[in-house]
This record gives sequence, C-alpha cells and structure tokens, in this order.
Amino acid sequence: MSDPTVVVEVEGLVRRFGDLVAVDGVSFDVRRGEIFGFLGPNGAGKSTTIKILATLLAPTAGRAAIAGHDVVRDALRVRESIGIIFQDNSLDDRLTADQNLYIHSLLYDLPRDVYRARADALLAMVDLTERRRSLVRTFSGGMRRRLEIARGLLHRPQVLFLDEPTVGLDPQTRNAMWQHVLRIRDEGEVTVFMTTHYLDEAEHCDRIAIIDHGRIVALGSPEELKRQVGGDVMVVGAAPASGDLARDIGERYGVDVTRAADGLRFQVDDGATFIPRLTSDFQGKISSVSVHRPTLDDVFLKLTGRAIREEEATGKDQMRIIARAFGRRR
Amino acid sequence: MRPARVAKVVYAIWYRETVRFSRERTRWLGMITQPLFYLVLVGYGISSAMTFRQTPAGPGVSYLAFMYPGILGMSILFMSLFSAIGIIWDREFGFLKEVLVAPAPRWAAAAGKALGIATVAVFQTAVLLLLTPIAHVPVGPVMIVETLMVASGIGFTLGCLGILVAGRMQSLESFQLIMNVLTLPMFFLSGALYPLHGLPGWLSALAHIDPLTYGVDALRNVIYQDGPMRALVQYPLGVDILVLAGTAVVLAIGAAWSFETQKC
Repeated sequence: MSDPTVVVEVEGLVRRFGDLVAVDGVSFDVRRGEIFGFLGPNGAGKSTTIKILATLLAPTAGRAAIAGHDVVRDALRVRESIGIIFQDNSLDDRLTADQNLYIHSLLYDLPRDVYRARADALLAMVDLTERRRSLVRTFSGGMRRRLEIARGLLHRPQVLFLDEPTVGLDPQTRNAMWQHVLRIRDEGEVTVFMTTHYLDEAEHCDRIAIIDHGRIVALGSPEELKRQVGGDVMVVGAAPASGDLARDIGERYGVDVTRAADGLRFQVDDGATFIPRLTSDFQGKISSVSVHRPTLDDVFLKLTGRAIREEEATGKDQMRIIARAFGRRR
Repeated sequence: MRPARVAKVVYAIWYRETVRFSRERTRWLGMITQPLFYLVLVGYGISSAMTFRQTPAGPGVSYLAFMYPGILGMSILFMSLFSAIGIIWDREFGFLKEVLVAPAPRWAAAAGKALGIATVAVFQTAVLLLLTPIAHVPVGPVMIVETLMVASGIGFTLGCLGILVAGRMQSLESFQLIMNVLTLPMFFLSGALYPLHGLPGWLSALAHIDPLTYGVDALRNVIYQDGPMRALVQYPLGVDILVLAGTAVVLAIGAAWSFETQKC
C-alpha cells in the first residue's frame, strides 16, 4: 500500500461457492497507468475476481485493495475509485445516451456543471455527440460499448475494469474499441484492468496474468510470457496409419508432444532447419508440417496442457444470447 | 451520508422509472385495455347474473360500479409487482449493475424505485379515470385528488413488496411462479371482484392480511363518498389508510434490507 506506483493490490484471494473454488489463492499487483489483462478460458475465475475487486462479492479469504482502499472494509471508497464495463451491457436502452450519463452523474454525486463539461468531452471522444439524444436501443453493439466507456470514465476513476469488453462485437468494432482503450492508457490518468479469453486482445496488454482453474499460472508482459515457451512451435499433422506418431516423435527428438486440435505440437530451437530432418525421418507418416513463433496460445498450452477455446454455453450464456437477440424486455 | 447525496440517488432512480414509463406507448395501451376488458367482459357478464346480498338493488347500485375501484387496484397491483420484479432481469443483464457498483446507498435506490412505482400508479389511475362513464361512477375534483393519493399509496406499498421479493430471488425461472403465487390470490382476495363478507372463515382471514384489501376499500371510500354504493364499503377510510400506512412502513424496511443485501 506504501508503493505509489501500485493501484490494485491482491493477496492470496480465495472465493468458494460451496465446494467449488472459483478463485484459489490469487496474488498480483497492477501498476498505475498500465493495461493489465486477465487471460483465461470461461470459468477460470476472471469474472469472480472482478466482482470481488468491484465490491460486488466478498472474498472467502485473502485481501484486495484498490488505490489503497480495502475492498471489504472500505467498499464505498473503492466504488468511487473505479469504473466498470460489464460483460453484459448495463445501459438503460429505453433512455437516451445523455440520460444514461445524467443518471450516472447523480449516482456518483457530480456537480451539474462538472457533469456537463465532462459528458460533452467524453461523448466527443467516443464519437457519439451526434447521437446523444437518441435512445440507446437504437445503438449498435459497438456504440453501446463506447457509451459505456464514456460513462465509466465520467467520474474520473483511477481504475477502469473491462470484463470481456469485446465479446459479441465484430472484428472491426473490436479494433475500434481497442483504439479507445489504448488512448485512455496513453492519456495516463487511468489504469485499465481487463479480462479476456481472446488471445489477440491480450497482446495489447502491458502485462498479462494467465489464469486457469482459479490460479494464476503465469504473469508478465506478452513478450516475457512468449519467451518462456522458447524457440519455435511445430505443428505436425499425422498421416493415416502412422501409428503412435506423438510417442515416436517425442522419443526420437526428446521433446514434449501435446495433442492439440490442429495436430501434434512441440517446440524446437530452430524450426527452419528442423523441418527437412523431420520430413525425411517420418516420410509418409506426416500429412502436414507448420512452424510459427510462439503465441500466447502456446504459452497457455504449455502451462495448462490445454488450448483456450470457447467452452459450451452455460444456461446463463444462453440467456445472454437471448437477451442480446431480443433486446431488453422488461 | 449527507441527505443531499441520498436525495440525488433517490431522484436518479425515480427519474429513470418515470422517464421509461412515459416512453412506453405499448404499456400505456396495455394499461387501459386490460382494465377495459375486465370491466366490459367480466363486469357486464357478472352484473347480469347477480345482486348484492346486503344492498337492495336500485338506482346507483351496480356490479360495475362496485368492481370499478377493484379494477383500479388490480391495475396498480399488476403494474407494481411487474415493475419491481424487473429488478431480477435488470440485475443479471442490465442497468441494475450500474446501480450496485455506484458509491451510493442501495436502500436509497430502492426508495427511488418504490417512489417511481408510486408515481406511475398515479398516472395510470388518472388514465383509468377515463373509464368512469362505463361503470357509471360519479366524478368530482375531490374524488379525483383523493383517488390519486390513495393510488400512490397502494403503488408505493406494493412496489416495496415487489422489491422485497425481487431482492431475494436469484433466477428468472422463479419470476413466473412468484407472479402467480403472489398476484392472483392478492387480486382475488382483495374484494376487487366480490364483497368479502360472504367468505368462509379461513379465506376471510387470508383476505384480511392482503394489503390490497385495504387499498381497494380505501379506493371505494374515496370514490363513493356518499350515496347507496357506500353500503358496499367495508371499513372507515381512516382504518384503511392506517393499515395501508403501517404495511407500507414494514414493507419499505423489508425492501430496503432486501435490496441492500441482494446477491449479485
């Protein structure tokens, strides 16, 4: 708490739901002004951690503080210091953009003139000035997200939480979203804490914590994490009737072979010189070979033995899809 | 927390409720058609088949006139509970999260919601006063003002009940169940459609713990200030209002607690 460059401090955080341990002893610091990413598959404990940091859920054990305020004892101070953009849109779509911001200014006790000036500037920043008097239900998904960013920044939070901010957006809109997030970071006032299960998005973060089954399995900048994998990643497709190719390759070159969806994966120091060797050693048993620089997916695979991928939709996810398809029906 | 700060939060939620309401044209339409159907399709049918036991049939006494205040009560009941139970949907997929993470007292938000519902009840009742000619209900300025005041009281009380229930419920599946278990008995046992004195003891006991019973009776009190229809009023207005106010206080505390401690 004494370190002024640290804005989010988490120590030994645990959250249980009955027998299920959703967050299992998580510790990390987020530095002021960085974009910190929580990367992991659905159900890894990302949203639970965000809920605890946002004071919506009490931890079973451990401690967390934001801007020096404890999330349990000092919940009100924490709420003043943070802005949140939830996975599900939390705008009122029967109100206009302006009205949504106005209600936010009342809830955060902003003086009227301060609210007016900031709302004008933020709406301009997210390119919604023209549509400020339109009902939010007429907005596209990307426009809603932008309005939520404007709203989340209205009270000048120290930390902006983004929980899966780009789920359900098309690639172009995702890109635009990122431009906004990077701009917020560059202006230097706000620390961004985000969760994602998109690997390409995690690349934008200054530092990433990879979380799986409620535990942080790695933490560092994307480059640092990728260096952990080392060398090049080979992906080999097995030809029909090639026997136990994974074992044969593993024994021959002394490498750890993982079965992934796209083929057998393993690492070698230099992929370019390795390919001719491999193809002559295993002639006829290989249907394809590719080599690439390690990605965060390789990091995740190496650390957990699995690839990050969309898991089956839960009941709540299905409700979410319905809610998106039909708009809010209340 | 400073009173001005609390007032802003109450106002924020009240503002949201009322602006939303003013925009929803389909709701205005539904608000008037459902009571109209009850009055015409149920009212006309039943009035041709029944007479009141205690009251001699004659000029100024009709089933439609008896039913009209009950239909006002019904409309407020459905609107209040439906609106409050929207909290569950809101919490999972909507605006409520914005409220729950704000550095604002949640009980103040609950108060704003209940006051918003009370305000909507006033507008709704004002619109339904347009149906008075169908039920041959005499209209006057005092009657209108008092009816709207009672309507706001019923709206607030039932709004608090709705918030209390919604704060305890986690799933949308329980929505339909609660709506049926709560609204229909409350409506039928309130004396909205038939006088309560003929009921068997246990049913009568249930009717007496139904807050809407006193709401509907208060409406009859203020709508029929004199004339033959007064014979169908159950209690003095003071009793109705006292019971309603007492219930409102208890339910408001319950709603504040429930909203404050809801899981999210």
